[in-house]
Amino acid sequence: MSTLDGKIPAGNIEEKWTQYKFDMKLVNPANRRKYNVIVVGTGLAGASAAASLGEMGYNVKAICIHESPRRAHSVAAQGGINAAKNYQNDGDSVQRLFYDTVKGGDFRAREANVHRLAEVSVNIIDQCVAQGVPFARDYSGLLANRSFGGAQVSRTFYARGQTGQQLLIGAYSAMMRQVEAKQVELLYRREMLDLVVIDGKARGIICRNLLTGEIESHVADAVILATGGYSNVFYLSTNAMACAVTAAWRAHRRGAFFANPCYTQIHPTCIPVHGDNQSKLTLMSESLRNDGRVWVPKNKGDARLPHQIPEEDRDYYLERIYPSFGNLAPRDVSSRQAKYRVDEGRGVGSTGVAVYLDFRDAIHRLGESAISARYGNLFQMYDKITGDNPYKTPMMIYPAPHYTMGGLWVDYNLMSTIPGLFVAGEANFSDHGANRLGASALMQGLADGYFILPYTIGNYLASMKLDKVASTHEAFKESAQGIQQEVNKLMSIKGNRTVESFHKELGRLTWEYCGMGRNEAGLKKALTEIPKLREEFWNNVKVPGESNYINPELEKACRVADFLEQGELMCEDALHRKESCGGHFREESQTSEGEAQRDDTNFCYVAAWEWQDKNKKQVLHKEELHFDNVKLATRSYK
Amino acid sequence: MASTKAKILNLVLKVWRQSGPKSEGKFVEYPAKGISTDASFLEMLDAVNEHIIADGGDPIVFDHDCREGICGSCGFMIDGQAHGPLRSTTVCQLHMRHFNDGDKIVLEPWRAQSFPIIKDLMVDRTALDRVVSSGGYVSVNTGCAQDGNSIPIRKRDADEAFEAATCIGCGACVASCKNASAMLFTGAKVSHLALLPQGQIEREERVLNMVAQMDKEGFGACSNTGACSASCPKDIDLTTIARLNREFVKATVNKHNTDQKLGDG
Repeated sequence: MSTLDGKIPAGNIEEKWTQYKFDMKLVNPANRRKYNVIVVGTGLAGASAAASLGEMGYNVKAICIHESPRRAHSVAAQGGINAAKNYQNDGDSVQRLFYDTVKGGDFRAREANVHRLAEVSVNIIDQCVAQGVPFARDYSGLLANRSFGGAQVSRTFYARGQTGQQLLIGAYSAMMRQVEAKQVELLYRREMLDLVVIDGKARGIICRNLLTGEIESHVADAVILATGGYSNVFYLSTNAMACAVTAAWRAHRRGAFFANPCYTQIHPTCIPVHGDNQSKLTLMSESLRNDGRVWVPKNKGDARLPHQIPEEDRDYYLERIYPSFGNLAPRDVSSRQAKYRVDEGRGVGSTGVAVYLDFRDAIHRLGESAISARYGNLFQMYDKITGDNPYKTPMMIYPAPHYTMGGLWVDYNLMSTIPGLFVAGEANFSDHGANRLGASALMQGLADGYFILPYTIGNYLASMKLDKVASTHEAFKESAQGIQQEVNKLMSIKGNRTVESFHKELGRLTWEYCGMGRNEAGLKKALTEIPKLREEFWNNVKVPGESNYINPELEKACRVADFLEQGELMCEDALHRKESCGGHFREESQTSEGEAQRDDTNFCYVAAWEWQDKNKKQVLHKEELHFDNVKLATRSYK
Repeated sequence: MASTKAKILNLVLKVWRQSGPKSEGKFVEYPAKGISTDASFLEMLDAVNEHIIADGGDPIVFDHDCREGICGSCGFMIDGQAHGPLRSTTVCQLHMRHFNDGDKIVLEPWRAQSFPIIKDLMVDRTALDRVVSSGGYVSVNTGCAQDGNSIPIRKRDADEAFEAATCIGCGACVASCKNASAMLFTGAKVSHLALLPQGQIEREERVLNMVAQMDKEGFGACSNTGACSASCPKDIDLTTIARLNREFVKATVNKHNTDQKLGDG
């Protein structure tokens, strides 16, 4: 084990980023075209980075897994994006956003990164407005804000229930403008399957062209991964079907440390599972909790329809337990409380695995039209999926895996432990600690892409002496051969089980033992079961079709193969972290009232794992966390 | 959520199978048995594919990703209608409760020259990306923006721009149009930016360039039938096409006048 250096600049927290921007080396505008930068992933973080670097004059290659960058899963973010603008004059500031994010992350994030995020949050809004992102506005014509996810100020900017899609269109259009200007080369339907490291530095990637099956080599002076999170390790999650850990995991196997894999966020307001055929879960924006009241029947097995249950037989448990935050208690807390009610046997619906989110009182107070103006599209979406009308009967919701705070370890420059490999957005671990606050994911993705990487990449390129490398280099050949062999192997097994069935079983194991509640016995069980499943996969998986044309089953097989390794590391990390913090709830570490109990004496660090050979235990490295500006305190929402 | 109303359906799918852009395609029938009415249309297809794989066959290929109606990946014709029988709904949000036991359902890919078939129900819609890259943006580099509130926008205009911006680029409008026109798609983008002050500087070049690219991609002229808007899962309004025409005429006339002036000078 070693101690990792986050390379945090010296100085007061308010001045670190400003001073560091001045201290960093620059690449002369005329020299930028001599540098090739590969951006893998074209969601918010990737598209914004590719656009910005292209504008500056770098030669950019953007790798897109979809048929268009506009399809990236950033589109699905509904609620909004935070920024410390204080347009509402309600006491917000960079300092307060910084404080809220550190505290919300349960004191497991790096202070300096979070402060920088809060600083650039204001520039993001300006940039997006200038691009023509149609944010919601007041009758004055000025930008509207709402309070979101338990924040006590209104700092969330939004575009009805489509904030993610509108921001992505902004970043996507900016990137397409650079495609037109020939500064960005956009490669569609490509999946990164390996990182090429030469002389200890990231010098390119190996991709599979999903249309032709061709294994391609792409050379670069720096590589940015913006490939999202790994919630699909749970099989059922709110992530899109193509969301995978593959790119990050392949980089991990080449030496990039993977940090805090056990920090996963379970979103409290999703539509519950309907049955075995379910392929994914749909999130309902948590803005619904601003007006909806969460409850279950007081008595176990109460089979009455919700409207037949009188007030005295209802338990509005969030309002009861957390009187000051009520239904707006943070995500991890709300999710866990829903699980407790279901475990107590007080869950609702035909499966008993759901709680009510009731708008009856809000409709009574404000009228149906006011509720419709706020949540009309969400109510419609719920109705489409469930066939129930939420104006008439309470919604049923249950928590679902949604976001992963863990990811590849990066230093203050967003550079991984492999020089030249940068990681942005959800794919890195940096800013949210053990729990992400609502409306902060869009903020972080765009902060990384628009305002941080354009500086730190320049600094890296200007400080490094990089030899010329060609795709005929031995390292590229060897890596491409390895990937071809892997593809051939998957095609040749011709076993009896579909990829889907392995993924479902892995999902059951990870959700059961490494989901909302984790304990030693369960995690140890998962750690014996997952390797067995992985072994069976490599002996008994059935991949139909050919490898030289579009083959979605083969793509899935590569991704599931990686989840079968990464899921194990997630459980390993959860087992080693004996405290509860944020999204990681260890049942052995709770207060007498059932609240999460952090252990700052023993666990105030980032756990970063180093890959060893296959079937060998990964090695743990630590980055100690220091809290000089926000006092370590117990989160309390009571 | 398994509602108490959930029923089980047995269906037959008649699916267009085509192994590549140049190969000949044909309809093949598949049984879809034991499908819950709570399942989504794509979950029904997943189940059918699991059976095809188990039987040693080649699963049906279709584009899909978010499965919550926002990414625009999915889309094919169901019984001759883009995205199926429900208005304002993508295929992934269409649920099996809208079908009856014993139904035979016909699935075909988007059919348009500008959308070559990749395989089965999957088509190549990158032509739409090229229409965007020809001008569907505001040319503002990162870092040079003024304060967001220094550009006040009348709420009515902001809302209208937003409505146009909700387009998810699925291509249903093109597939539903007998001319395979992309006027609704392009009209939505032109409207979004023409309605906002940020879009004014490049307003005329934008519409001229985007229309030129649209023609170059081989999309047809507007058929004036309104099938595009009727099949749009995001209800993009036909007024966006009217605006596109107006913007185009205005820009063409202005360009002509400017060119003449410059020519005279």
